[in-house]
Order: sequence, then structure tokens, then C-alpha cells
Amino acid sequence: MRLKTTLLLLLPAIGLIFLFMVIPMLISLLYSFMTANVYGGVTMPLTVDAYVQMLFDQDFSGNLTFMPDYLWIMLRSFYLAVATTVLSLALGFPVAWYIMCQSPARRTLLLTLVTLPFWINTLIRTYCWILLLRDSGLVNGFLQYLGLIDHPLPLLYNQPAVLLGLVYTFLPFMVLPIYATLERLDPRLVEAAYDLYASRWRLFRRVIWPLTKPGIAAGTVLVFAPALGSFLQPDMLGGGKQLLIGSLIEMQFTSSRNWPFGSALAILVTAAVILALILQSRRTKAMEARA
Amino acid sequence: MRKFRPFDWRHNPGFGTFTALTILFLYAPLVVLVVYAFNANRLVTIWSGFSLKWFVQAVNDGNIRLAAETSLIVAGCATVCATTFAIAAALAFERGWNFLGRGIAVGVVMIPLVVPEIVVAVTTLIFFSMLDMRIGMLNLVIAHTVFCIPFAMLPMQGRLRSMGTACEDAARDLYGSEWRIFRRITLPLMAPGIVAGAILAFVSSLDDFLISFMVSGAGSTTLPVYVYGMMRQGVTPEVNAVSTILLLISAGLAVLVFLLSRPSAVSRTAGAPASAVPSS
Repeated sequence: MRLKTTLLLLLPAIGLIFLFMVIPMLISLLYSFMTANVYGGVTMPLTVDAYVQMLFDQDFSGNLTFMPDYLWIMLRSFYLAVATTVLSLALGFPVAWYIMCQSPARRTLLLTLVTLPFWINTLIRTYCWILLLRDSGLVNGFLQYLGLIDHPLPLLYNQPAVLLGLVYTFLPFMVLPIYATLERLDPRLVEAAYDLYASRWRLFRRVIWPLTKPGIAAGTVLVFAPALGSFLQPDMLGGGKQLLIGSLIEMQFTSSRNWPFGSALAILVTAAVILALILQSRRTKAMEARA
Repeated sequence: MRKFRPFDWRHNPGFGTFTALTILFLYAPLVVLVVYAFNANRLVTIWSGFSLKWFVQAVNDGNIRLAAETSLIVAGCATVCATTFAIAAALAFERGWNFLGRGIAVGVVMIPLVVPEIVVAVTTLIFFSMLDMRIGMLNLVIAHTVFCIPFAMLPMQGRLRSMGTACEDAARDLYGSEWRIFRRITLPLMAPGIVAGAILAFVSSLDDFLISFMVSGAGSTTLPVYVYGMMRQGVTPEVNAVSTILLLISAGLAVLVFLLSRPSAVSRTAGAPASAVPSS
């Protein structure tokens, strides 16, 4: 294949993604520096108000007072994204290790089982938890049937419910990259460690964990990025009390009609994700350089 | 005396139970949803007998039908476009020149997978409204095609890599033209990858909520967006029924992809044309 053919073949896919994804992002970057139009959209002049608004409240005479409301939303989103990543890792690593230890046929079956939910609508997967967790839901019904509780527990519309929904949605993203690195692990290293009387914990700490780091890093980014920008789980399981950055962005384009602020928040999320990606690729490169 | 050493390190007590529980965690909520879609009671979580009436009601609902039609048209068009572009891109990446900036090109194609959906949704909304592009369903088709391209391309790349270049090299030795090699050798050999990619693109388009929610205007509501509206009204058996239909379609198609990309299926299809070539 000639160079010209290669480039021509790439043109439609790259061109489309560039035109309808990269350019729109650059436009939102520009929008974030413009003034909000009350009817949606933006007008001149250029300002940094959208970014100032994240931390300060501006009154009519232009005085700025520190307002931590949005900062709290951002910190809460960050905290939930980190918690989702840690919990997914805690659940996903043993599962990936177990799958790796199975016969090839069972590996395929188990991997399919873990991956399949990823292809099912997130909306529906989130809705399932409403059926389970609401006051007249299955979990409360079961506990009341057992006589453990008299009144339904408030399981839905709180932060743990959102966290549960996020882990439930993004867990497959953690298992797959970890499994992919574990599969390439040289079994002789494990055997050597045992021959040298390493305990299970020492084997994990000194051999398996260091060798699986690239997979863990990849899984961390794959879980962290969508969890940070999540909209459905906080919207449906958080009941409006648990406003996160994803819902805040959505509101700026629907009810609040503040497009510059919404764009600025979207830019912030994108920047956080790109930062996470750069950190991951640098760590992976450093790992490979050492190996 | 030292304790027994686990030379059989593949055997880890407890991990099997842990994995089984995790898989139960992934599937139990879905099973609950499906089971209660067949519940005769108006109150979703109180069982009072088997019934198909909510499915009948959902299928006969005009709005649901309209939304389902929109979803199918958008998913169909987006799949055709994304698959075509993805075939070209997969060939360029796997068989093409290793040009300067190839890494950047790979990065650009993967952007839709990495950027959070909400960001894609609002930036696309901004772009369309800036151009004053309100062409109904076509807006959705464009937005869906963009994020379907990487989903369609990944299985094709995998297939091109695993099938190797031996057959193509042989055809080139026999003075086959590049187009003829593509038509007669590469395309038939990479067919399972193309089918898998097309199905994945279709499923991701059909499942998309957030981007359709932000981008779709009046008159082009997709099924997930409509179902979301129903869910906001409250938990009803109709929601369970529609969700079950969507769930079974996605799960069925996903299983089909897994069957297509099984190692045994790959070796069988790859072996067929190779043995059809007479060996001298």
C-alpha cells in the first residue's frame, strides 16, 4: 500500500472525528470565554466570567465574594470518581486474577460474562437499581419480610447509591485491561517466587502487582474518566440532592441557559481526563523503559 | 517444618466464590428487571402472576413505536457510515504506511472512547446550534457515526492482525492488483471482523442516551430518550417491558459478536480460503 492510499483511507474517519468532535471542543473552549445570552447561546464581549463563576459570586456592582458551592460539586465529583476507581480495582483485580488462572475455555466464558453488561444500555442498568433500592423495592421488601426492619431504609437517593451505580456501570472497564496484562505475565516468575518461599501476600506485593501496573493504570483511566463526567447515575440514583459536575454541565444547556459556564465546566472535565491520560502513559512508558 | 507450599498457584481458595459473587452483582439487577416485566401487578415489585400484558401495551403505544423507529433508522444509518469509514481506517492502520503522525491519527480515532459522554454531548450541541444545523434525524446520524467509528474499527483491527498477511503476500506474488487482492482476499478474510464491528456500532448507537438526549430536537426522540422520560414519571411496568426488549436486543447482539470472534471461529474461517488455494 502506498503512502497516498494510506492517507486517503484514513481521511474519512479522521476527518469526520476532527470536524464533529475536535472542532466542537475548540469551539466550546472559545464559548467558555464569551458572555451568556439569556435565551441560550452566547454573545460578545470576551470575558473570563465563566471561570470566575466557578469560585466566586459576582454582585451587580462587580464585587466578588468567595462562593464554594460549585467547588463542592467539583470536589464531590472528584471524590466519587476516585472512590469508584478504588472500589472497581478492589473488586476487579481478584476477578481478573481468578479468570487468568482458569482453563482457556473457561477464561473465554468468564470474560464474556464480565464484558456482556457493558453492551447493555446504561440507562436500563441504572434503572434496575431503582427497582431494587427504592422504599417499596426488593431489598427493603426482603428485609421487612425477614422482620429485620419495620420501616423501609432510605437506600436510594443518597451518595452510596450513586457510588454503587457507578461501580456497577464501570466495573468491566477495570477487569478487562488488568486481565490483558495478567494474561501476558510469565508464570515462571510466579513459580520462582514460590520456590523461593514467598508467601501469597509477598508474591502479590512484590511480583504480581508491579508487573500488572500498566493494566491497572489503563483500567484506572477507563473507570475514572467516565465516572468523573457521569450524568445518569447521579441523576437517577442521587435524586437531585447529589449534584455532580455532569449534571451541572447538563443544566447549563437546559434549564439554566448559561452556555459559557457549561462550556467552561466541560473544558475542565476534559482537561482532568487528558491529565489522567498523560499521567498514565508516562507511567506506562517509565515502566517499559525499566523492563 | 515449613508449611505446604502452593506449587499449584493457579488454585486460589476463595477467589472462585468472590468472582461468582461479583458476576451475581452484575447480573442480579438485570434478572430482577426482566422477571418483573412479566408481572401482572400494576405495582412493579409486588408479584401477582405471570402476564405479557405490559409488553402488548408497550408495543401498541404509538409514542414508543415512533421512538423505536427513530432509534432503528439512526442506528442503521450510523452503522453503515461508521462501518465503511472504519474498514478504510482499519486497513490503513494495519496494512498501510507507517507514516509520521500515525500515533496522532490513532489518538484522534480513539477520542470518542476517552472523552466523557457529557462533554461530547454538549460540544456537539454547541457545534450544531452554532451552524444552525437543525436537520432532525441527520444531526443524530452524524453524532452517532462519530462515536461509533472506534467501536466498529477495533474488532476489524484485531481480525486483520490475527489473520496475518500470508494470503495477501501470496496473491501479490502472483501479480494480483491491489484492488483485486482487497476484493478477493482481504475483504472475505476480514468479514467476521467487519460483522462484529458493525454489530458493536449498531449496539452502541442503539444504547446511546446522553448524546441523543442533548442533540435530538423535537420530532427525533430516540427510544432511550423516550424511556428516560417515562422513568422520570415513575416506576411503571411498561418501563420494565420496554427496557427488557432493549436489554434482550443488546445482549443478543453482543453474544453474537462474542461467538463471531471466538478463537475457534477465527481459525475455521481463516483456514477455509487458505486450503482452497491449490498447493503446488
